[in-house]
Amino acid sequence: MTTDEVPAVRMRGIWKRFGTVVANRGVDFDLRPGEIHALLGENGAGKSTLMRILYGLYRADAGTIAVNGAPATIRSPHDAIAHGIGMVTQHFALVSPMTVTENVILGCDQRIRLDLKAAQQQVSAAADRVGLSIDPRALVKDLSVGQRQRVEILKALYRQARVLILDEPTAVLVPQEVEQLFATLRRLRQEGVSVVFISHKLHEVMQITDRVTVMRAGEVVGAAETSRVTPTDLARMMVGRPTIGVIKPRTISAAQPQAALQLEGVSARNNKGLPALRNLSLEVRAGEILGVAGVAGNGQTELAQVIEGVRPVTSGRLLVCGQDITNAGPRRAMDAGVGRIPEDRHESVVGAMSVAYNMALEHLDEFTRSGLIDRRRLRQHAERLIGQYQIRARPDDPIRTLSGGNMQKVILARVLDRNPRVIVVSQPTRGLDVAATEYVRGKLVEQRQKGAAILLISEDLDEILELSDRIAVIYEGEIRQILDAGEATLEALGLLMAGLRR
Amino acid sequence: MRVILPILAVIITFALTSALVLMVGASPLEAYYHFLVEPLSSRVSAVEVLVKATPLLLTGAAVAVAFSGGFWNIGAEGQFLAGAVAATAIGLNMHSLPPAVAVPLTLIGGVAAGMAWVATPALMKTRLGIDEVVTTLLLNSVALLAVSALLNGPWRDPISQWPQSPDIAAAAILPKLIPRSRLHLGFLLAILVVAALGFVLSRTAFGVRLRAAGMEPDAARFAGIQVGRVMLTTALLSGGIAGLAGAIEVAGIHYHLIEAISGGHGYTGIVIATLSGLNPWAVVPAALFIGLIDTGSQTVSRALGVPVYLGEVIQATLLLVTLAVLLLQHYRIRWERRAA
Ligand SMILES: Nc1ncnc2c1ncn2[C@@H]1O[C@H](COP(=O)(O)OP(=O)(O)OP(=O)(O)O)[C@@H](O)[C@H]1O
Ligand SMILES: [Mg+2]
Repeated sequence: MTTDEVPAVRMRGIWKRFGTVVANRGVDFDLRPGEIHALLGENGAGKSTLMRILYGLYRADAGTIAVNGAPATIRSPHDAIAHGIGMVTQHFALVSPMTVTENVILGCDQRIRLDLKAAQQQVSAAADRVGLSIDPRALVKDLSVGQRQRVEILKALYRQARVLILDEPTAVLVPQEVEQLFATLRRLRQEGVSVVFISHKLHEVMQITDRVTVMRAGEVVGAAETSRVTPTDLARMMVGRPTIGVIKPRTISAAQPQAALQLEGVSARNNKGLPALRNLSLEVRAGEILGVAGVAGNGQTELAQVIEGVRPVTSGRLLVCGQDITNAGPRRAMDAGVGRIPEDRHESVVGAMSVAYNMALEHLDEFTRSGLIDRRRLRQHAERLIGQYQIRARPDDPIRTLSGGNMQKVILARVLDRNPRVIVVSQPTRGLDVAATEYVRGKLVEQRQKGAAILLISEDLDEILELSDRIAVIYEGEIRQILDAGEATLEALGLLMAGLRR
Repeated sequence: MRVILPILAVIITFALTSALVLMVGASPLEAYYHFLVEPLSSRVSAVEVLVKATPLLLTGAAVAVAFSGGFWNIGAEGQFLAGAVAATAIGLNMHSLPPAVAVPLTLIGGVAAGMAWVATPALMKTRLGIDEVVTTLLLNSVALLAVSALLNGPWRDPISQWPQSPDIAAAAILPKLIPRSRLHLGFLLAILVVAALGFVLSRTAFGVRLRAAGMEPDAARFAGIQVGRVMLTTALLSGGIAGLAGAIEVAGIHYHLIEAISGGHGYTGIVIATLSGLNPWAVVPAALFIGLIDTGSQTVSRALGVPVYLGEVIQATLLLVTLAVLLLQHYRIRWERRAA
């Protein structure tokens, strides 16, 4: 580093405690002007915490922050914005009945009378400048997740952000959207904007970032130019020991002849009342993983919800091991042996309740004795799962205080521990670090060997290709084709996903 | 920490309202003595604090359980009145029965009436998705008008012609806990109900489901909890407890129905539930605290000859400050200079 260069952000000796958990212990972090800087680390390493401190969402217990060489006191996002810092968190803060323009200018236009026309032009000019294609008049509630993220980025840029923090931005994007995001980031870099980029995907880090800082257990364990390190180096720094090259044995097929999960001509509507699944039929046999590939928004979410029992079907039948559970609701689905790992983890946990309660919530009756909660059982159950799945949490922690990856592990643990006969799982490794990803994939394969029928919905094609025995391509609510894993290639899947028939 | 909060609230209120007390020519210190200490200094007035707290324990618990379950019941006032009407109707016809039968019947009637009064908004909410805040609130006025119609019609006292019902049968009257005081069995019942509720919410599967459905209905539904049914049960539980409060007020204090039988206990229940942070156990100190300042505002005006409304102003200020202090405890206050 050239010593005379003034960093855009300099954080020194940052400490942050939550009760007995030390999330940041004396962290130093430098961000140079006009660089894209990766922040890497295992789940719970303290990345989000550090960035939330920079953005004023948390107050550090100790430490200093300097912006462009001048000491800065950041007590709230308002202060952060005043210092030219913007952040896109994973949970977007948008007002969904309002338009893109209204959301972008919300709270930063001080004039009494709004000139909406002019604002719209400004917003769309700003969007064009950085290559974010978006209609300024669209209502946020009609936008996809990827488009909402663009609105968040626009919001930060409209407020003159010179530092942009992105917390796992690619976790919710499909591959094409990731490419678009990267194009935008490159333009921002040209304009001298500094970007903090948090991701668990090493190939993205290698592709887009200039420098990388690695955290482990609340401390910075190293910083380097991205071009000087290899993915293996980074993985080793993150876990603190050489990673064993994970050679996944291509396990022999465990598929049994009978279908454990059957969908027969199922149709369903989406939240807007439009057809999302059209006469869809599908079978998953005991002991196989059926991957569902498709461009986001082609009915995957609704397909999962139908099997989870939280979305009614308008026609067709749904059978689990021969038992008809069409429109029977989540309780009956679970009783029939369906284990459910939904796409949006917040949708399936009660944030203010403890980890132990959340682990038991789906089967509370098993944790009661004559109507009373058996707290000891509840606790032992939680402790066992925490140990087994290496979750960084205590049974009594409210689950909303867990890091994203650890919350995901809780949901996985509570389902997989019961060895369900059918598992419907969406984006199982979203937000998980490298080690946890391998671990979870291993668990899914293990369940398959035990004879579970697994429907795996993922936007990560590599994940689909790695795990599936068969791959179904979904397009506009229909299964276009089912391929054997052996004959599926990225190209073939890509064409089918785009709606082209072979 | 928890203990010093009310003290802090009292000190802030004292500072805020001293000028007012001085303006009417009284000494603030003296006023505060009468307001908060005097009621506890004699046995008679200390017992009166418990009497005042009795209906508040129940309405506070009723609102707390409703809010925990995500049913925004603003209608405890109406359910209280429905319970009072039912208890009067039953109590008037208990002349030939022994107290061991008459008292339970009267109280059960109150519970049932409270449940019935909340059933319509609860069903409208769970079946049709109609906002319960509006419907429960509107039914409060309906209940009050119904009471008024009864008292000016069929139940008008035949002798005095006052809008007040005849007295209920002696057998339906709640026995006294302390002879020659106003403290009656209802106080004990209220404490029991609150304790039972605290136990149910924290220790039973039903309680966990209720809280989960209240905090995060979507996640609860995903976990297989029948949110609509849980909410309906919650609403009925809440209405029943509020109705019991009304029945107890008739059978324990007044022995007849008057228009002012509640005088806002249902609304005060909302304040108490908020003070308690929706925790039934904390409803007890909250209700006692309001009972104390209720008694105190009367003592102040009597002792110092200041207008009654002064006591009410101090009471309202104290409530607001206490709420503010309770909310602010979630923030850490630090003093620091802005970086130059
Ligand atoms: N508000 C909070 N209350 C209590 N503990 C918290 C809170 N926020 C974070 N923590 C704890 O601090 C630690 C670091 O969490 P953080 O969210 O910063 O991790 P992370 O590196 O972003 O992980 P991930 O990759 O899983 O998102 C975790 O152990 C987490 O449980
Ligand atoms: Mg994080």
